Amino acid sequence: MIPASFDYVRPQSLEDALARLGEHGDDARVLAGGHSLLPVMKARLADPGVLVDIAGIESLSGISESEDGITIGAMTTHAEIEASASVQGRCRSLAEAAAAIGDVQVRNRGTLGGSLAHADPAADYPAVILAANAEITVAGADGERVIAADDFFTGTYETALGAGEIITSVRIRASAARGSSAYLKAAQQASGFAVCGVAARVALDADGAVERIRVGVTGVAATAYRATSVEDALTGAAPSAESIRKAAATAGEGVDALDDFYAGADFRRHLAGVYAARAIGKAWIRAAGE
Amino acid sequence: MAQAPKFIGAPIKRRDDPRLIQGLAHYVDDFNPPGTLHMACARSPYGKANIRSVDVSKAAAADGVVAVYTYEETKGIGPVPVGAVLPDAKVPVQPILADKQVLFAGEPVVAVIAETRYGALDAAALVEIDYEPLDAVVDLEAAIEPGSTKVHDDYESNEAFKWGLAGGDVEAGMKEADVIVKEKMTNVRVAPLALEPRGVLAHYLPGEDKMTLWTSTQVPHKVRTLVAGQIGMPENRMRVIAPEVGGGFGSKLNIYREEALAAFVTRELGVPIKWVESRSENFLTTIHGRGQVGEIEMGLKRDGTITAFRYNVLADCGAYYQLLTLAIFTLTGLMLPGPYKIDNIEMNATGVFTNKVATDAYRGAGRPEATYILERMMDIAAVELGMDPVELRRKNFPDKSEFPFGTSAGLSYDSGDYHLALDRALEAADYPAMRAQQEEARNDGRYLGIGFSTYVEICGMGPSAALGGQGWESARVRVEPTGKATVFSGASPHGQGQQTSFAQIVADGLGIDANDVTVVHGDTDVVPYGVGTFGSRGTVVGGSAVVYARDKVRAKMAKFAAMEFEADENDIEFEDGRVFVRSAPEKSAGFADIAMMAYSAIALPEDTDPGLEETHFFEPSNFTFPFGTHIVLVEVDPETGDVEILRYVAVDDVGNMINPLLVHGQIHGGIAQGTGQALEEEMLYGEGGQPLNASFMHYALPKANRLPRFELLHTTTPTDVNPLGAKGVGEAGTIGSTPAVVNAVIDALSPFGITHIDMPLRPERVWRAIAEKRA
Ligand SMILES: Cc1cc2nc3c(=O)[nH]c(=O)nc-3n(C[C@H](O)[C@H](O)[C@H](O)COP(=O)(O)OP(=O)(O)OC[C@H]3O[C@@H](n4cnc5c(N)ncnc54)[C@H](O)[C@@H]3O)c2cc1C
Repeated sequence: MIPASFDYVRPQSLEDALARLGEHGDDARVLAGGHSLLPVMKARLADPGVLVDIAGIESLSGISESEDGITIGAMTTHAEIEASASVQGRCRSLAEAAAAIGDVQVRNRGTLGGSLAHADPAADYPAVILAANAEITVAGADGERVIAADDFFTGTYETALGAGEIITSVRIRASAARGSSAYLKAAQQASGFAVCGVAARVALDADGAVERIRVGVTGVAATAYRATSVEDALTGAAPSAESIRKAAATAGEGVDALDDFYAGADFRRHLAGVYAARAIGKAWIRAAGE
Repeated sequence: MAQAPKFIGAPIKRRDDPRLIQGLAHYVDDFNPPGTLHMACARSPYGKANIRSVDVSKAAAADGVVAVYTYEETKGIGPVPVGAVLPDAKVPVQPILADKQVLFAGEPVVAVIAETRYGALDAAALVEIDYEPLDAVVDLEAAIEPGSTKVHDDYESNEAFKWGLAGGDVEAGMKEADVIVKEKMTNVRVAPLALEPRGVLAHYLPGEDKMTLWTSTQVPHKVRTLVAGQIGMPENRMRVIAPEVGGGFGSKLNIYREEALAAFVTRELGVPIKWVESRSENFLTTIHGRGQVGEIEMGLKRDGTITAFRYNVLADCGAYYQLLTLAIFTLTGLMLPGPYKIDNIEMNATGVFTNKVATDAYRGAGRPEATYILERMMDIAAVELGMDPVELRRKNFPDKSEFPFGTSAGLSYDSGDYHLALDRALEAADYPAMRAQQEEARNDGRYLGIGFSTYVEICGMGPSAALGGQGWESARVRVEPTGKATVFSGASPHGQGQQTSFAQIVADGLGIDANDVTVVHGDTDVVPYGVGTFGSRGTVVGGSAVVYARDKVRAKMAKFAAMEFEADENDIEFEDGRVFVRSAPEKSAGFADIAMMAYSAIALPEDTDPGLEETHFFEPSNFTFPFGTHIVLVEVDPETGDVEILRYVAVDDVGNMINPLLVHGQIHGGIAQGTGQALEEEMLYGEGGQPLNASFMHYALPKANRLPRFELLHTTTPTDVNPLGAKGVGEAGTIGSTPAVVNAVIDALSPFGITHIDMPLRPERVWRAIAEKRA
């Protein structure tokens, strides 16, 4: 199908982009990779009057490493994240999530900022963002602010992003010395989106007990969530395959799960448990080994 | 041919590929005559609804809109043609635009003609149609219950027809049986989804009173005859061109509403009219395939001998018939005995109307359904009898000495050696090692499964009398004055690669290089009247016509050579671009020199006219029956329901292969599509008759990353039905693969006591089947 007609602007600076958004208000939409927005427009589910393409703003792209973490520009593509040695070293689950998105074409165009802003309940990144306790930096007419992962995803296609705000970057702390992470998903066979995706990030203490663990689940409910019951059950003790399996089984418990022809609610809840066990197990083995 | 073939049998690369890969091919949408207007349709969002009123005023007033058509303006166009008939079938009339009612989601109601495609689509969205939504008939089994909501108000029920086929005595066969196995099985509706959707460009020139219709079709001459008839135009004033066609799989073996509509409108307006289907429209309005739900009963002796096979089936027709809707399931009946000696068979089919687009031919067209239920039943019976599935199959094969083999369904299988294909496959797969691997995996708590399908299919459609007409194919071969050769084929390849293989056929017979042969097809003003490409007939029937036309030209050239060399025309040989006397090879001339003689015509052999151009219409004496064995190894993850194909071994016997590369390409694609049906594909409708998954974001096509490397082997049992000895390969992969994949999954799950799961075996379905057994 074909979108309704629209205007297009391509500002070269963040200030200019914010000004354009302010000028057009509700009628304007940020355009990043276009791999969520354009399909929606083609289906005529959205018909913005103006697209503000932020691809020309250099400061929004790229991955930088610091002592304790990495900062990823909002316009960084899935393919760049997947291939980045920094991301692989500091937050392996994020590289795994990027690699698991759609297909090559989607990964070459789609961006981290676009995916987070779109907040598709079946997107891959949200699970990692939650598990990694990432910080999302956004810029608006009133300047910059930082939103914590736990506060960012507020509903289906809904985020804490305010009107006229642009995500500029995402900051993730590096895994602990004895820590690692993993992301695993069951993909919908047609779209490739997550029917269930789980990211686990584990930090072990000197004795091998779990010091910190965060588990993010996407695809299962209307919004990505943290499986806190699983985190609580595993914190403080040395894990075993058995204890992980037992704890993980609660990852989908009581969740108001999505339900469609491809996967019913009970199946999704079940998958949450299976994938939580597998992702935690993988992160744990990596943490113990690294 | 005296010499060993040089080109036939060689794995020559397809000459279409470079242009296809580089984007240099020309599909319907690539043609833009000046002044082209664009058509878009306002379509029903409902499965069934009354149309209270239609208001086109806003659409008509929109920028760039030139004309708007509703039922009123187009009711003079003849209805969508129905080609296949059955006695006593109810045949609803399918109008070009809906009048008082719409009967499936996607049915066109209004056509808008505008200067741009965007403009046409925007204006179509402005058409105001006041619908009164009605209950829709979606479920096949519920549709046939007494008192069901009806698709057609003026019919008594949703029963479209009853059709039966019987051979032997099934009751007696069941009585004779020691064991009777029963199962209910579904072959879900799937969408053919050719990568190029349909499209049509119609251009009427009033001065010449002549129309050209470019359309993405498998059957250009059928389109010409039928569409010309629909709009009341002599067919010889219409030229139909099938340019590059990006796949069909049977879905373009049809005549669609938009073709007649565009032809009608261009004649009214005198400017070119173009319509190109969107993918959404393709899901909604291009025919679907399969759509059968049936109960199967099979009787067997303890030793595995099959005594009877019965299939009582509901066949989903959709709301209207398309060209061959009524023929598809008769092929299921004809192939019911498969590759086995089953003396007693019976099929009782009830056609059912539903509020959906019509079903029709989709790659395999009726045969995959037969092979699927039969091969599934073989595995179910093997479990019941405690026999190895291989042994049960072997037990019932006819021996190669029994061919031609007459079946209880009334067919005569031309040639076959089913044991050999099975042996070859078992050897390639290393069956004992596979079973050992399965055993070992089970001990580790992993679920591997081995699936078989030993299939036979009916190809080379086919003798005209058996098809109810038009089973032949035409070809004209011209040797040009410069010694190049041109083939004009009545077949209409759309991805199969006959531009290459027909060149191979002609090159060998004339002793010239395949690169000196050009193959032309798909233009009714240029090629002889033809039937088209479907039913694995392109090479088998179309290629055979090429052989005969080639040989006629060759014989005529031999006369000119004989005159030149003062030799006997039977002593003339063609080789490596030379024409010479076999018994006196020093008497020799270039192929082009002899060709030029025929055109200069300064001297003519006795009783011989100038020129080198011969036509042949080939009528086959029988169908052909390719066969084979597919073996699949899968692993099922019982926690997630995921199925992974670990190995795929296929031995296909397609008779003589003109070009093994093309054969492999066909089998690769066929296996992929058949696997798609087994694991992923299914058109789903909600209660109101709206499709639930009509997009590539929801409807899963099999992707390369879900498929293993295919291990392809062949046995070669030529047929004597045609001069090539070729049996056809377009559908073999689709037919063989679906049951093999499902059988493998069920075999993997046998420790859970699972004996059947209906397709598609999506993860949730597999997981649920296990969960039920565990509970
Ligand atoms: C075939 C296909 C398969 C896919 N499969 C997957 C999959 O498996 N997993 C998955 O997670 N995703 C998948 N996607 C979605 C893909 O990841 C998208 O690229 C991503 O969701 C959106 O990123 P984008 O850069 O393309 O954003 P756009 O489409 O340009 O924008 C999306 C939305 O975010 C807003 N936006 C964009 N950038 C910013 C910003 N910096 N600040 C504020 N707002 C912004 C836009 O205004 C718009 O509302 C798939 C997409 C397609 C087409």
